[in-house]
Amino acid sequence: MGETLFDKVWDSHVVDQLEDGPDILYIDKHLIHEVTSPQAFSALNDKDIPVFRPQQIVATVDHNVPTLNQHLPIKDELSRNQVAKLRKNCEEHDIELYGLGHPYQGIVHVIGPELGITQPGMTMVCGDSHTSTHGAFGSIAFGIGTSQVAQVFASQCLLVSKPKSMRITVDGELKNGVHPKDVILYIIARLGTDSGTGYFVEYAGKVFENMSMEGRMTVCNMSIEMGARGGMIAPDQTTYDYIEGREFAPSQAEWQQKIKNWKSLPSDPNASFDKEYCFDAAEISPMITYGTNPGMGIGIQEQIPSSQNESFQKSLDYMGFNQGDTLNNLPINYVFIGSCTNSRIEDFRVASAYVKGKKKAENVNALIVPGSQQVAKQIQDEGLGIIFEEAGFLIRQPGCSACLAMNDDKIPAGEYCVSTSNRNFEGRQGPGARTILASPLTAVAAAIEGKIVDITQL
Amino acid sequence: MEKFTRLEQTAIPLDIENVDTDQIIPARFLKATDREGFGENLFRDWRYDKNDKPIADFVLNNPNFAGPILVAGNNFGCGSSREHAAWALTDYGFKVVISSFFADIFKGNALNNGLLPIQVNDSQLQTIFKAINENPSCEFIIDLVGQYIEVPSIGLHIDFEINSYKKTCLINGYDDIDYLINNKHKIEEFERKRNA
Ligand code: SF4
Repeated sequence: MGETLFDKVWDSHVVDQLEDGPDILYIDKHLIHEVTSPQAFSALNDKDIPVFRPQQIVATVDHNVPTLNQHLPIKDELSRNQVAKLRKNCEEHDIELYGLGHPYQGIVHVIGPELGITQPGMTMVCGDSHTSTHGAFGSIAFGIGTSQVAQVFASQCLLVSKPKSMRITVDGELKNGVHPKDVILYIIARLGTDSGTGYFVEYAGKVFENMSMEGRMTVCNMSIEMGARGGMIAPDQTTYDYIEGREFAPSQAEWQQKIKNWKSLPSDPNASFDKEYCFDAAEISPMITYGTNPGMGIGIQEQIPSSQNESFQKSLDYMGFNQGDTLNNLPINYVFIGSCTNSRIEDFRVASAYVKGKKKAENVNALIVPGSQQVAKQIQDEGLGIIFEEAGFLIRQPGCSACLAMNDDKIPAGEYCVSTSNRNFEGRQGPGARTILASPLTAVAAAIEGKIVDITQL
Repeated sequence: MEKFTRLEQTAIPLDIENVDTDQIIPARFLKATDREGFGENLFRDWRYDKNDKPIADFVLNNPNFAGPILVAGNNFGCGSSREHAAWALTDYGFKVVISSFFADIFKGNALNNGLLPIQVNDSQLQTIFKAINENPSCEFIIDLVGQYIEVPSIGLHIDFEINSYKKTCLINGYDDIDYLINNKHKIEEFERKRNA
């Protein structure tokens, strides 16, 4: 029987198997950030254990950093402390840190791919659930808890049971105005937020084959929102072209050998999956969420479904919606374009192409937060910055920002925010804030119109 | 890690589905650099209003309910990987969470912190909710060695599954990290072969 992409990468990283228990899985790259690492370093220090392979770890600061005046000391004492602690820990353990002010700093899931650290066939972990993003390159990448961060520090390995495999195929042609974000919101809305639990997903079919790397990252990023540990897409020419020439990409001498290995990774034609789903691209419209989990999504023209479930009703009460409502034309005051789901240069190219020559609606606060210093620079170099500024958008410095509102970038209670991030949980963007997830195109259109609109109908 | 074998105590019902880690511990409380004190902000925005006044109808503020066992709706712990969620629950005093479904990362984090996640089926979960709501002081027996839950007052007995390796860790208070370090020779051997 054939092997899946997931099998090939997993099996080649198994150091040992415990009888009836988990595998010892070798980890190629470990990314860390300021919020989920300090307790792991303490665990190590308490036991007097050294970091086993510091050169396989890369650190950055993203979750709590301010997006204004990054050259000044951080005002919030606790955040400043956390960032300082990461610096100290990295110095003590000889770990490369891209801190504030470094040209490579940015959201951990944006910088890995952009620097060529993320490569096909690797195993990667980070104390962050959206590590699934890196699966876009055909790597096994998943989020871990802080105890596991300590395990990887200590041994470059994890004790984990092999998940089951799922394939989600989307064939056909996407309609104009339908973006990768819409595709993944559609899949999660169809399958539900717990459908992937226990599984690793492979996305297959024409839609993903034709997708850019940025789009594939958006899709894999949100795998966790259906409960899956991660998502993967088979590497192909698009993948190689993206990696080639980046800072930590394989050198010329190694390149041909790497490509040869990467070409052997895609699932064999006769490989079988524990679960399979297929969707037709033509069915997908621009999507929007109406509730407090990412599975509560509908096409912009559709009505909020009805349900007797109490948790469902509680969620609609929080959002201020009723069963049967449509969100089309809903007035909104906040728009957030950023996060590890949609803060790459391609997202801003799409957004600025639409914004060019228009002005944002008076009532709207529109925040643009690039995913990394490199993206921030590209935005300026390519002239996108001027387009956004002339339209009245605010451009900030890189970080997670209003995605999780650990810094000052919060949405006020009761306000709707059309957001390109990945989670619409209660209070995610600030206590009482109401998040509506959408693609960057839908988000900028909302900023211009001051209300939710269906881009395909404009 | 603290050992867990058996307990006989009361439970608290949190009859809400898809409780995500942002509800268990909101992001703004993740700035601490040690593991203690998160219990104070467990379910912060459900427990307290804007003025930090306890919200009376939230179950943790209801004096009728108490105990180290949390019973929660389907898909508990979805969302972020923050282990702070497990720390907040244990810091508050929980030792067991019962639900009909757990998110993967949360489940792993719980097990790594001596917090036992027990999965039951939907109808069993409803029976348990009903038992607590009708009699908040009903005792639960949670026996990890025998892998069962019992509620003697209603004659309920449920066997549950747990990975045998994880069970051994919990019973003995072992960490995965000790196991991995003891296997370093194998890891180095793996690296040598790969680079050869
Ligand atoms: S952008 Fe949001 S989802 Fe992504 S890593 Fe940061 S906080 Fe997490």
